[in-house]
Amino acid sequence: MCLMAPLKTSPRVNRRTDTVEIELRINGSAQRLDVAPQVSLLDALREYLGLTGTKKGCDQGACGACTVLVDGRRINACLALAVQYQGREITTIEGVDHPLQEAFVRTDGFQCGYCTPGQICSAIGMLAEHKEGAPSAATEHLADNGGELDDAEIRERMSGNLCRCGAYNGIVSAIKEVAK
Amino acid sequence: MKSFSYLSAPDTVTALRTIADSENVKFLAGGTNLVDLMREGIEEPATLVDITRLPLTGIEELPDGTLRVGALVSNSRLAADPLIRTRYPVLAKAILLGASAQLRNMATVGGNLLQRTRCMYFYDEASACNKRVPGSGCDAIGGFSRGSAVLGTSEHCIAAHPSDMAVALVLLDAVVEVESVRGIRRVPVADFHRLPGDTPHIETVLAPDELITAVELPPVPVAAHSRYRKVRDRASYAFALVSVAAALAVKDGVVTDIRLALGGVATKP
Repeated sequence: MCLMAPLKTSPRVNRRTDTVEIELRINGSAQRLDVAPQVSLLDALREYLGLTGTKKGCDQGACGACTVLVDGRRINACLALAVQYQGREITTIEGVDHPLQEAFVRTDGFQCGYCTPGQICSAIGMLAEHKEGAPSAATEHLADNGGELDDAEIRERMSGNLCRCGAYNGIVSAIKEVAK
Repeated sequence: MKSFSYLSAPDTVTALRTIADSENVKFLAGGTNLVDLMREGIEEPATLVDITRLPLTGIEELPDGTLRVGALVSNSRLAADPLIRTRYPVLAKAILLGASAQLRNMATVGGNLLQRTRCMYFYDEASACNKRVPGSGCDAIGGFSRGSAVLGTSEHCIAAHPSDMAVALVLLDAVVEVESVRGIRRVPVADFHRLPGDTPHIETVLAPDELITAVELPPVPVAAHSRYRKVRDRASYAFALVSVAAALAVKDGVVTDIRLALGGVATKP
């Protein structure tokens, strides 16, 4: 299923202030906000809606700290424009209730915790992709579906989430536990 | 980021009409390159036309076996497609070796073709860059050019083209379909990107008001045995220093068909 589903509504532009009135569905509820077109989904979440769980690491799609789920698929919110994401079901870490969270604590999957919301959202998206049979660069036989989520697969599939504290081993352990 | 107007095109006609009628308009789909370039002040469109509502999301097989891929198909969906994985594994692998899962979920086929170089001098406002500012010079030449191109360069530009997907498309003799208010054109992907020459700021043969609508993959039997390999400084999530797409057919110990395409080393795929 393509990520780019059709928008259900077109934004109403407020010509006086050059902002656009939009409605975003965040963690199951509708949020109305007035944003300039250049506001990223990341900034909309953090600055306009006070949902500061999602982090800004690089603001250029190079670290994954801003990973959120849109209709169950993981994206980098820093490169997403808020105006493009109306009518989509957006899940942030504030809306996550998943065994991964407790697993991360148990396996020491974080130190400072800054990359952690992105790691967890990304892992949830990753598990869904794997369940659908999506291959990764680590998948030996591309034509096969599924396959086991071994260390190499987990690391490759999670390669879009950097951790400067180096908690990778704990992150992989947490994911492996939950994936079983 | 400089202010701009945003509109979401409800259909192809509106999108094409808007870009034909106004100055400094750009199409927006996944935004994974364009939004970054706008934030860096390298791209400054006055208007963004969001094309994500257009019906360009299909992957369909045509009667002659050609696979027609809509320009809005996401990179991840294309790489996961069963027909692509069995008939053109080099394409699936090339896509999977690029970027990160999050980016592959957002990025589209059309956008991937149009992505711009990652040359550090292109990004650095303090550096001379003929691609960013025509006529200003090229600091990459004689500079830190380890990741730059060695093929297809000119004295004005040595920037490497960063796309992995495009290298595989070149191997497969894919055809890019583009549309404007003047009608539809088909361009072989090998002719789609331009060499820098003395106009490195003009990177493709697309007219300013043209929209990529589809990429067509012709039947290529040898592609069933194809691979993509990428060498880079990290194990993942990094651009290629050098990459190769290859398809090989061997019968009774004799190579009967071979195709090769290189990435990371040239100014175009």
